[in-house]
Amino acid sequence: MRYLPHTDADRRTMLDAIGVADIDALFAAVPEGSLRDELPDLPRAQSEIAVERALSRLAARNVPASSVPFFAGAGAYKHHVPATVDHIIQRSEFMTAYTPYQPEIAQGTLHYLFEFQTQVAALTGMEVANASMYDGSTAASEAVLMAHRVTRRGKAVVAGGVHPHYRAVIETVSRLGGFEVDARAVDPATSFDADADNGTSCIVVQMPDAFGRVADLSALADKAHEAGALLVVVVTEAVSFGALKSPGAMGADIVVAEGQSIGNGLNFGGPYLGLFATRKKFVRQMPGRLCGETVDHDGRRGFVLTLSTREQHIRREKATSNICTNSGLCALAFTAHLTLLGEAGLRKLARVNHASAVALAKALERVEGVDVITPAFFNEFTIRTPKPGAAVIDALADRGVIGGVPASRLWPDEPTLAHTIVVAATETTTPDDIAAFRAALEEVLHG
Amino acid sequence: MVEMPKVILPAAEAAAPQTTFTGNRALQIEEPLIFEIGSAETSGVDFEEPAETETRLGGLERTDAIGLAGLSEPEAMRHYVRLSQKNYSIDTGIFPLGSCTMKHNPRLNEKMARLPGFGDIHPLQPEKTVQGALALMTELSRWLLELTGMHAIALSPKAGAHGEFCGMAAIKAALEARGEAETRRVVLVPVSAHGTNPATAAHLGFTVRAVEAGPDGTVAVDAVRAALGPDVAAMMLTNPNTCGLFEPHIREIADALHEAGAYLYCDGANFNAIAGKVRPGDLGADAMHINLHKTFSTPHGGGGPGAGPVVLSEALAAYAPVPFVRRDGDAIRLVEHVGDAPEGAAPFGRLAAFHGQMGMFVRALAYMMSHGADGIRQASEDAVLNANYVRARLADVLTLPFPEGAMHEVLFDDRFLKGTGVSTLDFAKALIDEGFHPMTVYFPLVVSGAMLVEPTESESKQSLDQFIDAMRALALAAKAGDVARFTEAPRFAPRSRLDETRAARELVLNYREKAAV
Amino acid sequence: MTLIKYTEDHEYISVEDGVGTIGITDYAQGKLGDVTFVELPKKGEKVKQGQPIAVVESVKAASDIYSPASGEIVEINETLNDQPDLINREPEAGAWLYKLALSNTAELDKLMDRDAYLAYASAEG
Repeated sequence: MRYLPHTDADRRTMLDAIGVADIDALFAAVPEGSLRDELPDLPRAQSEIAVERALSRLAARNVPASSVPFFAGAGAYKHHVPATVDHIIQRSEFMTAYTPYQPEIAQGTLHYLFEFQTQVAALTGMEVANASMYDGSTAASEAVLMAHRVTRRGKAVVAGGVHPHYRAVIETVSRLGGFEVDARAVDPATSFDADADNGTSCIVVQMPDAFGRVADLSALADKAHEAGALLVVVVTEAVSFGALKSPGAMGADIVVAEGQSIGNGLNFGGPYLGLFATRKKFVRQMPGRLCGETVDHDGRRGFVLTLSTREQHIRREKATSNICTNSGLCALAFTAHLTLLGEAGLRKLARVNHASAVALAKALERVEGVDVITPAFFNEFTIRTPKPGAAVIDALADRGVIGGVPASRLWPDEPTLAHTIVVAATETTTPDDIAAFRAALEEVLHG
Repeated sequence: MVEMPKVILPAAEAAAPQTTFTGNRALQIEEPLIFEIGSAETSGVDFEEPAETETRLGGLERTDAIGLAGLSEPEAMRHYVRLSQKNYSIDTGIFPLGSCTMKHNPRLNEKMARLPGFGDIHPLQPEKTVQGALALMTELSRWLLELTGMHAIALSPKAGAHGEFCGMAAIKAALEARGEAETRRVVLVPVSAHGTNPATAAHLGFTVRAVEAGPDGTVAVDAVRAALGPDVAAMMLTNPNTCGLFEPHIREIADALHEAGAYLYCDGANFNAIAGKVRPGDLGADAMHINLHKTFSTPHGGGGPGAGPVVLSEALAAYAPVPFVRRDGDAIRLVEHVGDAPEGAAPFGRLAAFHGQMGMFVRALAYMMSHGADGIRQASEDAVLNANYVRARLADVLTLPFPEGAMHEVLFDDRFLKGTGVSTLDFAKALIDEGFHPMTVYFPLVVSGAMLVEPTESESKQSLDQFIDAMRALALAAKAGDVARFTEAPRFAPRSRLDETRAARELVLNYREKAAV
Repeated sequence: MTLIKYTEDHEYISVEDGVGTIGITDYAQGKLGDVTFVELPKKGEKVKQGQPIAVVESVKAASDIYSPASGEIVEINETLNDQPDLINREPEAGAWLYKLALSNTAELDKLMDRDAYLAYASAEG
């Protein structure tokens, strides 16, 4: 087996040094009858060639986003990742390192985490950010739990425009933890509507919302603060930070985001990375790892993980969260891509994304019976079609176009949304893609 | 042009200076933060200018400076390559962190995960365009269920602790279905358990009751029986446990729990010791998470991403969260909403936005297919062999807290350092100077000054011997009073010992904050 | 007359005129190491004996402070917000945590006196 260095002679020598007759003597503590003689009922070892062949065959049965005109978004976005980024994250010293528990020989990881935290705080318009979470949805549920700790209240109000899967995660974690969720009606026209009472710990709102709509949240922030609650802003498209007024500038207390759009591929939903930022006064209630600056014994600047006393390995059942890992390599991809972009590059990327979406909206509006129902948006919006959205998407796929995500897949219990589709465009969208989408849609609806 | 300081040649007889003018030391180059070398205007990415100029942003344009710094491509490449050279990694050498399982990460797995058919597919594109991905998830499930002897699987948890949450949530859902969620609110956790166990239980509204281990480091059935009662929901048990010992009474413990109406949650963090040899389902487990990043070698990536699928017994199978895959004739379908669950299923909810860590699924399956049933079993045996070899060769100079043999990792305590003036931490830092990543220190908490060594099956005998020789030399040096070698370590790392107290007191968490001060 | 009593969790309470001053012992600060942060209760808060009321954090541990007695908090030591390390320097003097108007002085009988505490702490090692 190519991954196992020992020869049988090595094994014999080592067993002799240990002083046992055979390997099963080292498994003596396993209860009688539970140590299996027979091999698991699974295939035997295979060569690299054979494994590659088998997996490539499976991969070939999928339709990659880059192979077709592609307009699906709804929480995961098809963006270009510079070749440099993938090279950097495959450096052995990054990819095959562990959590930086020995900071003197992990300054590489800690240094980029410090830069990452700075970038995330800047993007979100907040004071501090952590070293990343599993993904945007888990970050959102952690934000709700944090708001409960900060306010010592137990009810979250979730606006109707929050991604339905994010809402489901918040509801699941809250119910299991004994907390209340007040989820508001799902309606593209009122997707930012929410209010708070003196039992509310936070209002959770998404911007751009799950329909792609953008709006100023300042009044909502005031409403939350007047009731003594926090405003949690969810962002599923991180590139939007380069175009839209930051959540921090609109009064957010906690900002959580899905960072996939910057540096990370679609990967069928994971691994992604959660961004988590807040005000400095709440830092001790924040979940996740934190990297902080310090000096070494010789006075040189260095970085360490800090405030780990909030974490499970020290606080055990009193920890702020049970999470013990972050999304290190995805955070590296994010920070490396953002470093390549820089301020000017991110703004331009955001501008190109918005321009693509506007061009797409104009093209689709010209299809008879199709309405763009999102008045203001970034790179994603919702259309209403004369036929059910699921059937339209299915028929488009038969014509080689992935035309977005039917709202019925996201909200199966909302019949009023059956004829709507959420569509996204990015810097990877070409005029030809848009023309192909429009032509296929004409054919599906009126052909 | 930077003016270089004038070079002063040392007197011929003087020793060469230990410092350099630049602060660099040959291949070790000091690297500033991007905010100190980049600018707001610089970019390493080019875009075509879009033809469309109309905006529909609703007047929400961002007008303030964001505060980002950009680098051109060559500058960025150099920045990250220099940073990488300040990291120790499994590709550098043995990484014997106990309970972390730092084994070789095959590059075939990386290549497979990057196939466009896996890496470039969207979680919400039509099911008929991702049948290969759903087939891969089905195949991964088959392998994991066969290896664990369990009944059902939830693939979506994103890491071990998330998997724990999932498994314990399934237990809570089962108790709710039995009408006992209000009465059974206690979870038993051994004192040696990893901190995530009590943290997970607490986040599900359970209270934790600690169970002491016996003098041999394992949990006795009587200790469990004494803690059991009608208020107990479950016990969380790691096996092999965090002391590297197999819990010999696990089947009786499982029976005792089941008789009392409680469940056994098995923390699968150490499954790599027994995969292919022992099936947790045969031991009575009701739920167990599998750290794909440990046992099945998806890279640790400097702290994630991980993946923590959870296998469930027949008693808990119905409660697996959405989404999950289901065969439907010739096609494989995704069940994405609780309301769409098939007859007999009662999902407890949803734990993450999409279907799990697909990138990790591909890597783990590539790893398992490469090993095969025979190779997985051999890997477990080699992991146990390696730990026991380290134990045998260090037993005379270090001290062992427990008399019985180890599984895949071996635990030492700090009694051999008593009176030397050298602490466990000092010892670990001296190991850095010798060119090794230290073992896990001060965990588990049940042993004074713990040192937990997990070599994994990836290490050759030669590599183990080098590590053992260094450990022996250091142990003897400590006993011989060579204290400065330890207390001043590390001396040859990119940084000497870092001031964690200052970091916690001053709390500088980003660059702008520093600049503002 | 000042009465000083100790708990098994290494808090002390020094009582004068029905008001108790609470802190952690010198032994406790030694065990904790460099203190980095102190989370104090709010003035006016009511507390029961044995209830966790404050947290003292060091780099390696976060320790809950359990109130040695019941009563209402009348003063907190705000100096500790800026100088948590005072706990390492003078735990049983300037680095007291909070003052309590005692509601039941009889509770103090359950606590240890200085000699008993010193014996207890040295047994713990």
